[in-house]
Amino acid sequence: MNDRALHTDRSGVLTRISDKLWRNPRLTILLLITLPALWLGIVYLGSLFALLVQSFFSIDEFSGLIIYEFTLKTYGELFTPANFDIIVRTVLMASAVTIAAAIVSFPIAYYAARYARGKWKAIFYLGVMLPLWSSYLVKVYSWKLILAKEGILNWLFETLHLSWLLEAYLSLPIVGGNSLSVSSTGTFLVFLYVWLPFMILPIQAALERVPPSMMEASGDLGATPQQSFRHVLLPLALPGVIAGSIFTFSLTLGDYIIPQIVGSSRRFIGQAVYAYQGTAGNIPLAAAFAVVPIVLMGGYLWVAKRMGAFDAL
Amino acid sequence: MTSAVAFTSVSRHFGSVRAVDNVDINIAEGEFFAMLGPSGSGKTTCLRLIAGFEQPTAGEISIFGQSAQGVPPYKRQVNTVFQDYALFPHLNVLDNVSYGLMIAGISKKERRIAAEEALELVALPGYGGRKPSELSGGQRQRVALARALVNKPKVLLLDEPLGALDLKLREQMQEELKELQRKLGITFVFVTHDQGEALSMADRVAVFNDGKIVQVGKPEDIYYRPEVPFVADFVGSSNVLPPHVTKEVKGIAVTAAVRPEAVRLGEKGLPATVRSTSFIGTSTRVSLDLGGFQMIALLPKGQIIPSAGERTHVSWADEDIHLMEQADE
Repeated sequence: MNDRALHTDRSGVLTRISDKLWRNPRLTILLLITLPALWLGIVYLGSLFALLVQSFFSIDEFSGLIIYEFTLKTYGELFTPANFDIIVRTVLMASAVTIAAAIVSFPIAYYAARYARGKWKAIFYLGVMLPLWSSYLVKVYSWKLILAKEGILNWLFETLHLSWLLEAYLSLPIVGGNSLSVSSTGTFLVFLYVWLPFMILPIQAALERVPPSMMEASGDLGATPQQSFRHVLLPLALPGVIAGSIFTFSLTLGDYIIPQIVGSSRRFIGQAVYAYQGTAGNIPLAAAFAVVPIVLMGGYLWVAKRMGAFDAL
Repeated sequence: MTSAVAFTSVSRHFGSVRAVDNVDINIAEGEFFAMLGPSGSGKTTCLRLIAGFEQPTAGEISIFGQSAQGVPPYKRQVNTVFQDYALFPHLNVLDNVSYGLMIAGISKKERRIAAEEALELVALPGYGGRKPSELSGGQRQRVALARALVNKPKVLLLDEPLGALDLKLREQMQEELKELQRKLGITFVFVTHDQGEALSMADRVAVFNDGKIVQVGKPEDIYYRPEVPFVADFVGSSNVLPPHVTKEVKGIAVTAAVRPEAVRLGEKGLPATVRSTSFIGTSTRVSLDLGGFQMIALLPKGQIIPSAGERTHVSWADEDIHLMEQADE
């Protein structure tokens, strides 16, 4: 009989690698993060830095050549009425889309987190994710058809003898237009639809972590369902709402395709960036425009943190 | 006198599962009432029916003489200490405790005073500024208690509140809870699966099995005079003698119970074989085989402990055998 060994005599290359990694947790961590860190560091942060640098250059108005000297002139150009309009319009649109998305998403997410089980949960995930599987362009163009003058929405209003209502709405300034498909309302609806999954999923994840006993405890202590929502559920779901709003807000800030296809001819930041770096060849101004969403998001997160949105994390 | 909580033929079915099946309870005002049973026996559902989280499928519940039919939890003057405590993680201890008062619209100053009083009551003064995540299990339990008591409920419901605590803390809290209940005079309804806890704290105990109450009574009655084998077995793990054995020793063919500490080993009595022995601190537990059924004997310190496989005889004093009316199965 041989002695009982302390260890089994498994050997081989993989086993030896495992042993090595087990003894050196630091090496394991290093192996795990090196590649992603390089990717993020060089490709992402590097290009971000390049962008930042570009925004501090300016363009010679006669020759159209970039002057490689530090200046704040390009940033100053952002505040000309035409450019500042673009920024305000984009921020208003992004805010409206974010707020609407949060309102629409909350009940769906609450249902999924609290009531959906088994098959229904699968259907929920499928329903939320399915639109993400199809091409973004196809979705946007379908919406153009839905919102067009000859589209299904117009037809619905006509059938219900409510055309006058739609007409009245479209005659309003800012939100109106010739038809829904060329109005800011149309742009808003398409943004809302396209980014909705990015709001639903984080809220659902946050609500999933709230034990059912929380709401029961609140009710037990005398709170009506509305009060429980305000004092318990909403504060606890807030990190999820904020996470979702980061997606919807920043995606709307940066998008240039949706307002191009559906909406009025008034431009958004994304379109401005696209135009300035392309046909206009004004890379510095494009870069300055591109910095705007970054600054806005930074400010937004800072305010959210100050207001205690992440306290429940 | 009206009872604090009264169930009249109450049932709660979840699909085909009869969680609570035709239960009658009368809990007197100021009573410490324990609902004891294994998990899934319906005791927690009964508690949730009183709190209003569940509605009965059939039957009538009244709280202080008023029908609870269709009354939502937030309109009931009962408060619950939850099994997981359910403290609000985003609020500090003081805000947690004064939550009910805040909802009731009481001024900030008054509710602060009341909340601090409640924290004093549960021996946690000065903890108001902390977050629940910074507290130990026992402290959370006390905060949950203070949060319920600050509303001066007519009935306090406790859902296995000591389950997550370690033994020493649990025993300490048992005494404190009992003391608190005596001091406040509030009706306590206490759900537990721990028979020791129920027996040591409660004025009366209801033993649940399969959604039904199988026996209600004082702790001594439940312990010494079980009415059905389930109670004998579950409460205090009595030895249940089958009818043919009882006939042999007492001459009547009914099920009987003998407490393990009453069992004596020696020359006379029923022949038995020792299966195993285990030392459990205050005594030694001997598992015996009596040809077809098992018995447990608890031998105090100083007695000769037999070894496994040894043949012996089992007997008990005549007053230690408790005859049950009939088997419940």
